[in-house]
Amino acid sequence: MKWEVVIGLEVHTQLTTQSKIFSPASTAFGAAPNTQTAVVDIALPGALPVMNRAAVEKAIQFGLAIGAKVNQRSVFARKNYFYPDLPKGYQISQFELPVVEGGAITINVDGVDKTINLTRAHLEEDAGKSVHEDFHGLSGIDLNRAGTPLLEIVSEPEMRSAAEAVAYAKALYSLVTWIGICDGNMQEGSFRCDVNVSVRPEGQKEFGTRREVKNLNSFKFIEQAVKAEVQYQIELIEDGGKVQQATVLFNPDTGETRAMRSKEDAHDYRYFPDPDLPPLVISDEWVERVRSELPELPAAMQARFVEQYGIPAYDAATLTASKALAGYYEATVAAGADAKLASNWIMGDVSATLNREEKDIVDTPVSAEALAGLIRRVSDNTINNKTAKDVLRKMWDEGVTDPNGADAIIERDGLKQETDTGALEAIVDEVIANNAKSVEEYRAGKEKALNALVGQCMKASKGKGNPGVLTELLKQKLA
Amino acid sequence: MLMSLSLDDVRRIAKLARIAVTDTELAATQQQLNKIFTLIEEMRAVDTTGIAPMAHAQDVHLRLRDDVATAPDRRDAFQAIAPAVENGLYLVPKVIE
Repeated sequence: MKWEVVIGLEVHTQLTTQSKIFSPASTAFGAAPNTQTAVVDIALPGALPVMNRAAVEKAIQFGLAIGAKVNQRSVFARKNYFYPDLPKGYQISQFELPVVEGGAITINVDGVDKTINLTRAHLEEDAGKSVHEDFHGLSGIDLNRAGTPLLEIVSEPEMRSAAEAVAYAKALYSLVTWIGICDGNMQEGSFRCDVNVSVRPEGQKEFGTRREVKNLNSFKFIEQAVKAEVQYQIELIEDGGKVQQATVLFNPDTGETRAMRSKEDAHDYRYFPDPDLPPLVISDEWVERVRSELPELPAAMQARFVEQYGIPAYDAATLTASKALAGYYEATVAAGADAKLASNWIMGDVSATLNREEKDIVDTPVSAEALAGLIRRVSDNTINNKTAKDVLRKMWDEGVTDPNGADAIIERDGLKQETDTGALEAIVDEVIANNAKSVEEYRAGKEKALNALVGQCMKASKGKGNPGVLTELLKQKLA
Repeated sequence: MLMSLSLDDVRRIAKLARIAVTDTELAATQQQLNKIFTLIEEMRAVDTTGIAPMAHAQDVHLRLRDDVATAPDRRDAFQAIAPAVENGLYLVPKVIE
């Protein structure tokens, strides 16, 4: 039987506020345990929550960025459950009336665009952290994280493969970091994904029973967890079993998922409106002000790049993967680099080197102006592509930021391309004399033999020959 | 139709609320809870057509505060009343799911 996979994501993004959602305690990461808690966070009796304006504003930013409806009126509710890292016995969240409803994000898998609709996004508080190292058979509780503002972003179950789930998570990640509402630090838990997975026979209308994989904090884990779940569920059904609704954890070491909570008590949170918090009211003026302050969004910037710089859509999409990368590209072009060459270099050698060194574009040691200086020397044939790669490597190692840094290296290391026909002619003559076999093959009509000869010439010129000029000279002499 | 809770419902609610209700208390608790449904039934008799449900008893808006971290570190004072602490952590019976 052919199976169809159905995936929906719930993503918890930690909002970049200074203080907590309902208390004036700091949200800074990494402080000594329990030093960043106020009476509200530890639930001392009588302590009342007071909403953080910045958290609301970031939710509005998100709503506008995905073309969603920002509700004028939304309601906070209590989600009741017992766990030691939740001192109140309930989490303040939003249930019936969330702050953001609807909206959509476009993903691209294997060159095909697909729109993923969002259900909602709501504000809520994070819980504390349990430390399970052994304290004489007890667990330790750190409430520094309790009350950190989260925006939970819920998608419709519209993804149909692990690749689509990852593409969606990445697109969402890129958007929330782009508009600056989340710092995107996945190791510190700033962007955590719960993935709902079910399978159904292809063509069936009803959804299968889903299992929810909790707390995935890397794109790789999302992919592995979805694949593991899909395999588990299909095998279970094909062996005559039935999928039970459950919350499961993914173990990255074994690559397996295992059930965490039984179905019986899960999802019985007895939500009700929190009497401590009257409805959140957002004025049209507020929404309009936030709209006017939103940065240019990735999709709009992509379209502009194609229009303004005449680069292919693929390049534009790649270059707008992050605001920093897009900024680096624009700065390179502004400094005088050819737009398409700049795109090639940034997507090629620059990105490859960053990946190899596990660095981000903001950490690149070569400034956009310095890169533009290098690209200009490729454009005007001062150096060939191969030499330029070597120059970039040197610029990288030496941390060149000077706009004329490439020129200095070309001069210092004598890398200028040899375009003097006299000098090149001597090389060509020598190569023809020493490679009788290739010459014979070329004359017999084997075009490929010419490449071998050009290669020999490049080698003889120590890489400084202009391959175009050399090819022309060879053709003339062998004609 | 008036809603009512079975004894099993009461057991389940008690479990979710982490309240120990003995078998002898169960029937009395059931009766008390069911009385609430009677009250709800009375309210349902009121015609509420065209009235938006309220999420709060008072018609007020949520007050918002500026995003500044001003809370001082009062860990020592807070932990002075905790039953057990170590290395700055509150200690609780082992929780492993």
